[in-house]
Amino acid sequence: MKHLLTTASLMAVMAAPAWAETAKIGVITTLSGPAGYLGEQIRDGLKLGLSASGADTELVIEDDARDPNTGLQIADRMLNEEGIKLLTGIVFSNVAGTVVPETLDNGGIYVSPNAAPSNLAGAKCHPNYFVVSWQNDSLHEASGVAAKELGYKTAVALAPNYQAGQDAIAGFEREFGGEVTQIYTAVDQSDFAGEMAQIRDANPDVVFQFHPGGQGIGFLKQYQQAGLLGKIPMALSEPSIDTVILKAVGDAAIGITGTTHWNDDFDNDASKAMVAAWAAEYPDRPLTTYAQQAYDTGLLIGSALKKTDGKTDDVEALAAAIKEADFTSTRGLFSFGQNQHPVQEWFMTEIVAGPDGGPKIETKKKIREQVGDVYAADCKM
Amino acid sequence: MVLIVEQLLNGLQYGVTLFLLAAGLTLIFGIMGVINLAHGALYMIGAFVGTWVALQSGSFWIGLPVGLAVTAAVGVAMEVGIIRRLYARDHLDQVLATFALILIFNEAMVLIFGRRPLRTNLPEIFSGSVEIMPGLPYPIYRLFVIVVGLLVALGLYILINKTRVGMLVRAGATNRAMVQALGVDIGRLYTVVFALGALLAGLAGIMASPIVSVQVGMGEEIILATFVVVVIGGVGSVKGAFIAGLLLGMIDTMLRAFLPRVLAGFMDGSDAQALGSGVSSMGIYLMMALVLLIRPRGLFAAGA
Repeated sequence: MKHLLTTASLMAVMAAPAWAETAKIGVITTLSGPAGYLGEQIRDGLKLGLSASGADTELVIEDDARDPNTGLQIADRMLNEEGIKLLTGIVFSNVAGTVVPETLDNGGIYVSPNAAPSNLAGAKCHPNYFVVSWQNDSLHEASGVAAKELGYKTAVALAPNYQAGQDAIAGFEREFGGEVTQIYTAVDQSDFAGEMAQIRDANPDVVFQFHPGGQGIGFLKQYQQAGLLGKIPMALSEPSIDTVILKAVGDAAIGITGTTHWNDDFDNDASKAMVAAWAAEYPDRPLTTYAQQAYDTGLLIGSALKKTDGKTDDVEALAAAIKEADFTSTRGLFSFGQNQHPVQEWFMTEIVAGPDGGPKIETKKKIREQVGDVYAADCKM
Repeated sequence: MVLIVEQLLNGLQYGVTLFLLAAGLTLIFGIMGVINLAHGALYMIGAFVGTWVALQSGSFWIGLPVGLAVTAAVGVAMEVGIIRRLYARDHLDQVLATFALILIFNEAMVLIFGRRPLRTNLPEIFSGSVEIMPGLPYPIYRLFVIVVGLLVALGLYILINKTRVGMLVRAGATNRAMVQALGVDIGRLYTVVFALGALLAGLAGIMASPIVSVQVGMGEEIILATFVVVVIGGVGSVKGAFIAGLLLGMIDTMLRAFLPRVLAGFMDGSDAQALGSGVSSMGIYLMMALVLLIRPRGLFAAGA
């Protein structure tokens, strides 16, 4: 925390002459509990992205503890007492479910670096709500495309029983097209022995599972221990096999098929700059897609603040500036669709043995050309 | 058939993990009258220390005793430093203080080990699986957990029923004041019992670490089910904790595994899944309500 304040104030001092005003940004994210590293990735990616954009900002960072009510209280305080107009940072869709409507109702802007639940992407879309990461469904549609492309016909799909989990299975099923057996797990479940038995019993061609953070680590370890790893292949979306999970699971993950919108081997200048900046700032911590999304969010916000001279009080002007998406994304092609969610390409990846012995994610090929999400059509703005 | 056997084993393994945690909790609750919400934190400390030492030394067998020793030492420090002051206070003070301990221990783990979950390696001899019946390979490690859990249960049975310390423990659970009146150094007994409880929680944490993710907050994920086991088994009864632990482990696993299938017989597949998983996560609480209705003090309440 102390380090954070120093960095923030240092940035403020260094960048002071560039713009007239220091923009205050509210960052509500999950820093405590089992998923704490996700918020840590988002916070630090955002800081790097903002500093790369050259914007002069002050971050007010709060921990939502993955609790929608805590998030709501923080948002209420930021918007109504601290006069903050621009919010970002949320990891989980259930927290977004309370914070985003609260922000919009109070005339603020929310820019999502991660969560993008389906209920906010369609008819309920809003001119002041932007998503930089992906829409939840499309994240998992990519895995459906990959599984179909690999020739699999039957699948078992597992996800926790909440909004993002339901979006995940819906997205996978939509593009996979084959026969899918759904299994919902508990949101806080850590032992998946029962599910392993069901997978063995169903004996599908492929397993798709969405368990972000610590849950994913447990799932993969138990999948290996149950002797299923070499037997039934997996096709996973990026949150189920991020680089932190990979580090915790080790070689057991080699051979797994993944899908992603960005990977650290991408050959473009923006991505290379980010990878270098991260390695310099956090040499002993892996760079995940969470941090990349937050970095892009930082670039986007920075580009918009440049247009408004650092002002956030004219919300309409700021939203218009964000909508222009005048930044170079680390993922390559990026634009906003009708519902202000990304239109972007998707890639198939594979977990391979890296040069340093540990496993790493390698990009194999592009599996989807620039595509938005299925809810965009319902958005009338 | 294969599926049912496998799920029974899974239930047994979950049950013995619950038992390891509940045994300590029920003794602390029964004998000292302290509600220790931070029992799950001891489980987490055991997992973190055991895993970290195993990673550094390259051997699970070094991590295990070090993890156990550290957890027991933390338990003693907790009892002497904080819990001792709570015996005379009411339950609200105890809940507040031990809840604070959860937060403090969680943040301490973040400071020491960071927010990212720790990597764990299985000891080589446990990494495979054995075919316990045709078409059913079962992870050796999970069998090992079951065996350890049952051995600990046997050890506790002997300790509590056949030794002098055990006699004092039983007496303390039944009538604390009388034990004190008879001139037993109750303070030392409390410290020993608390350390034993911490040791068992640490063991549960170390045993679970190769299976689940070793992360901050892992204790809270299991502590609620542990309290349910204590309540169903009867406060202060290790036998109750054993039977209730196995029962709950079985019921929880079976409901999760089979309820959605049963429901799918008469409703749409994805609705059955959602409803089934919802209801099965309520299963153990429904069972607690049922037991409390029939036997308000639990199945094997000490001193009942």
